[in-house]
Amino acid sequence: MVRYLINRVLWTIPVLWLVATVTFFLMHTAPGGPWDARSGAAGRSLDPSLEASFNRQYGLDEPLIVQYFTYLQNSVTLNFGDSFVQQGQSVIEIIGDGFPYSARIGLLALVMALGIGIPVGILAAVKHNTMTDYASLFVTTVSYTLPDFVIAIFLLIVFSVHLDLVPILFTDWRSYILPAFALGTGSAAFIARLTRSSVLEAMRHDHVVTARAKGLSSRAVISRHVVRNGMIPVITIIGPAFAGLVTGTIIIERVFGIPGMGRLFIDSISTRDYPVIMGVTLFYSFFIILGNLMVDVAYVFADPRIRDSQG
Amino acid sequence: MVVQLSGVERSDQAVAGLDRPVRGLWSDAWRRLRKNKAAVAGLAYIGVMLVLAIFAPLLAPYDPNNIPSDAFSNTPPFWMDGGSWDHPLGTDSLARDNLSRLLYGARVSMIVGIVPTVITVLIGATYGIVSGWLGGRWDNILMRLVDVVYAFPSLLLFIIMQASLRDTGFGRLLGGLMLLFVAFAITGWNGMARLVRGQTLSLREKEFIEAARAVGNTPGRIMLRHVLPNSLAPIIVSVSFSIPAYILAEASLSFLGIGIRPPNASWGSMVFQAFPLITFMPIFVIMPSLLIAMIMIAFAFVGDGLRDALDPQSDRQR
Repeated sequence: MVRYLINRVLWTIPVLWLVATVTFFLMHTAPGGPWDARSGAAGRSLDPSLEASFNRQYGLDEPLIVQYFTYLQNSVTLNFGDSFVQQGQSVIEIIGDGFPYSARIGLLALVMALGIGIPVGILAAVKHNTMTDYASLFVTTVSYTLPDFVIAIFLLIVFSVHLDLVPILFTDWRSYILPAFALGTGSAAFIARLTRSSVLEAMRHDHVVTARAKGLSSRAVISRHVVRNGMIPVITIIGPAFAGLVTGTIIIERVFGIPGMGRLFIDSISTRDYPVIMGVTLFYSFFIILGNLMVDVAYVFADPRIRDSQG
Repeated sequence: MVVQLSGVERSDQAVAGLDRPVRGLWSDAWRRLRKNKAAVAGLAYIGVMLVLAIFAPLLAPYDPNNIPSDAFSNTPPFWMDGGSWDHPLGTDSLARDNLSRLLYGARVSMIVGIVPTVITVLIGATYGIVSGWLGGRWDNILMRLVDVVYAFPSLLLFIIMQASLRDTGFGRLLGGLMLLFVAFAITGWNGMARLVRGQTLSLREKEFIEAARAVGNTPGRIMLRHVLPNSLAPIIVSVSFSIPAYILAEASLSFLGIGIRPPNASWGSMVFQAFPLITFMPIFVIMPSLLIAMIMIAFAFVGDGLRDALDPQSDRQR
């Protein structure tokens, strides 16, 4: 088991390398360069001698392949360079500024998804094949399918434009509610369906039948024997769900004008801020890969059969 | 051997002789799908959208991309104050007809859902079938490649590809559609490859494949005539989920302003364009958003229905 996990961790290296390589060469094929913004008027190119001096200063005058290996070499030592556009700021500082917004929204969305999804799922399973079950099935199918930016837009129109309950521009803590809700709805629906099917399965286990036969009350059986087993799959998807939610904010942040990672990413691409593009892409990828890895780790800890097998 | 194989077919007819209609997998699945009201509604909605998309040039009252010199911009739809039947759904910020743009947007959604799906099925199924059939070390190597592509965060790749390549000559092809096809196909084929490989691995051990091999069929023929048709059901289910995924990806990218190229209309780009007006004219954001939501729900109903219909052993409690 340990060997398997080490294997999985080592697998992140070629994946991150592939991400870095593809991103590096793709972003350099884009027309324009990081100095366009400094030339003042859009579309007017920079004075050639000035451009050459900038290029020399940041090593962009070297052949692309040399720049590529320099970048790889630096990133192994966790040196991701400085931003070309926001002068004097390192890539790590910039990510440090933007990430907390995305993380807060992602975390709030996760809490909401678990807080709504698990009870709905348990309720649907307990009321299996009743109207409650069918209704929840319908609602979860629709909410799982609705694109989160569409949910975000409708929430914005209803709560900010019409009811004026939440400020339309990003201001204080209230500005986190709608984004988290828009982002979390899909996950809440997914968690509800997962909870429902795993609780239904747990209800058929022998020990549950035994507990019932002993004359334990229905409530006690559900809370003590069914739910505990039914939660294993739910716990294991928390890692990837969180990773997905944090990266999912790329589009949500646009709707609500949040200065998080997503906006950073889009801005850095449009200004051709190469070090920031690379840094943010690698950060996101690492986050997603880590989230997927956590499924395996969580399974090992949640299921004693796996934990004790080869330990 | 050949005689024995055709004997299987004869026994089918023998069952038919018992006054019981023969029900193959497909007619059986169709019967089950028809009983699923949500799936039928979804199918009908998709059908209507397909018709609208195909006949958009005939149905659209105006040229969707033409900026008229004599029309007003941002006129509301007919049911609101100041609206008129000249432009039933109003005009956008450049005075273009919203109805015409929404109709052409349906075209983009349908094309962007279907074309990359066809590409991923062709590439993925071939890859998966070859990998599963070869087995052993080759299978191992081929699947490692799938794993790496699978781990690449697809939304990030879409954004980087779009932002980097959309202003190049290739990015301009078909109004930006070509680049979207390629981006979606690059990330999408590996899911299909995994699925078909799994099917192939289990099918190659079955007796009827053994029999086909014994009577001297070439591997290529066995894959095409026996393995592929028997993998068709899961492929169809997977397709019904991948079409809406691509529709959504296009809408999301266009909403970020890096999808389809202007002046072409897609539902996502219409949301993008109308978004700055959200406090002033929310209806312009609502109309395309609603269409995106509806097509997604329709496909979800059909996909769920197909899964239940085509896979009788599928988890009934879902």
